[in-house]
Amino acid sequence: MNDIPNQLSYFPGCSLATTAKENNTSLKSFLNHFDIDLSEIEDWNCCGSSSTHSVNSKLALSLAARNLFLAPPNQQVLIACPGCFLRLGYAKMTLNASNEKQTQYEKHFDRPYNKNLELVHFFELLAKMSGKGFFKNLTGRLNGLKIAPYYGCMLARPPSMNKEKNHYGLIENTMATLGGEPIRWPFLSSCCGTFLSVSKPKIAEKLVNRIMKGAIQSGAECIVTACAMCHLNLEIRCKPGNRLPIFHFSELLSLALDKKASKDWFKRHLINPEPLLEKKQLIPCQNGRKSNGFFR
Amino acid sequence: MNGITLDKTAQEFVNQVEELSHSNLSQCWHCLCCSGGCPFSKDMDVLPNSIIRMIQFGMKEQALNSSTIWLCVGCNTCSMECPNAVDMAAIMDALRQMAIRKNAKIAEPGVLAFHNAVVDSISRYGRTHKLEIMMRYKFSEKDLFSDIDLGLKMLSKRKLDLLPSKVKDKKSIQSLFKMSGEVS
Repeated sequence: MNDIPNQLSYFPGCSLATTAKENNTSLKSFLNHFDIDLSEIEDWNCCGSSSTHSVNSKLALSLAARNLFLAPPNQQVLIACPGCFLRLGYAKMTLNASNEKQTQYEKHFDRPYNKNLELVHFFELLAKMSGKGFFKNLTGRLNGLKIAPYYGCMLARPPSMNKEKNHYGLIENTMATLGGEPIRWPFLSSCCGTFLSVSKPKIAEKLVNRIMKGAIQSGAECIVTACAMCHLNLEIRCKPGNRLPIFHFSELLSLALDKKASKDWFKRHLINPEPLLEKKQLIPCQNGRKSNGFFR
Repeated sequence: MNGITLDKTAQEFVNQVEELSHSNLSQCWHCLCCSGGCPFSKDMDVLPNSIIRMIQFGMKEQALNSSTIWLCVGCNTCSMECPNAVDMAAIMDALRQMAIRKNAKIAEPGVLAFHNAVVDSISRYGRTHKLEIMMRYKFSEKDLFSDIDLGLKMLSKRKLDLLPSKVKDKKSIQSLFKMSGEVS
């Protein structure tokens, strides 16, 4: 994609469609500002998530494949969830490598397989937008906000996909363009524990609190995540007294555009980011509201 | 001291894992990079690279009974550390699926119960319904109260939707489950 299309197909995935609606709406509103429209893939289904490939590889391929077959041809598919992006990308790679599988699924879905379907991660689109100077007028909007960029396992992929694009550094570069101060810290690609947060909460707690402590010790005022799952885990598994506000990347991008665009999103956070944003004068101060710490 | 006798079944096990995971176990140097990078290795009973050695030694039961295969979340950190492009996460997928099919002793039944709850949700709605997954998991583990405060907080913040987001074409999802064979 050399030029930036103003119409993309969109695969939100279950997290953005439900638990992380604030991620979804802030992303759409951000892209809308630049006249980029997203049309959801009609009747999309779950990418299979971490659980399906754990118990049945064929089912994992089938679930991801249905979305590839549903996507309109000749239109790039934007995906913001790193998990969904990996699952759909892995399915595309598997199908492209096997004529037999392509034929099998073509028969099943009764439509042709489009091996050239382009899957685009939100970060790739951002990198293009940044390269085209889209953010020039936004410099300084996040002035002085000290940010710990957090990628989680997004930067990792299986060896068979190690030639794919790597977006390391994009959060730092973008935030610096907008006037934020990305800090250097050791846990930017340390796993959040994902689904073990449910079945082995002690393990997730250990990982999350190590990440939080690292961010605090590095002088960050907040953490920016690339993944809705990471955002949730960091919020629900950190201990009181060891927590910073956590933003979806798309929220801070939107905040840089319009200081008022954010109220509804931040209300869905378990760690209230508003006191920090008010202190930094990034959102208007609410009269009469006493700041009572980050946790509402 | 007990020696290890390699017999034909050892090679069979290697072949099965290699076929399922599309990887070559002989590429592993046992340099421990995967185990050093793995965020979960401290909680595993066997280090990830030792799992490969166990497979090579034909220690099928021990490998399939390990907690390691269930604590691996597939974050691929090991793949980034590995100098020889061994797909450890795919090997763990293969072992998990073998453990399920062969009715092996599951070291972390709670993790499998969670996976089953997620897949079950996808089979019914085509998408994951987090509240129901949590409820089903908690019932199956008879552990209703450990996260109740958190659950209520998430509900009050509307992080958990009461109703599922659904795929309209339910039949197409069911047909995918049919064509993909049994799920544990």
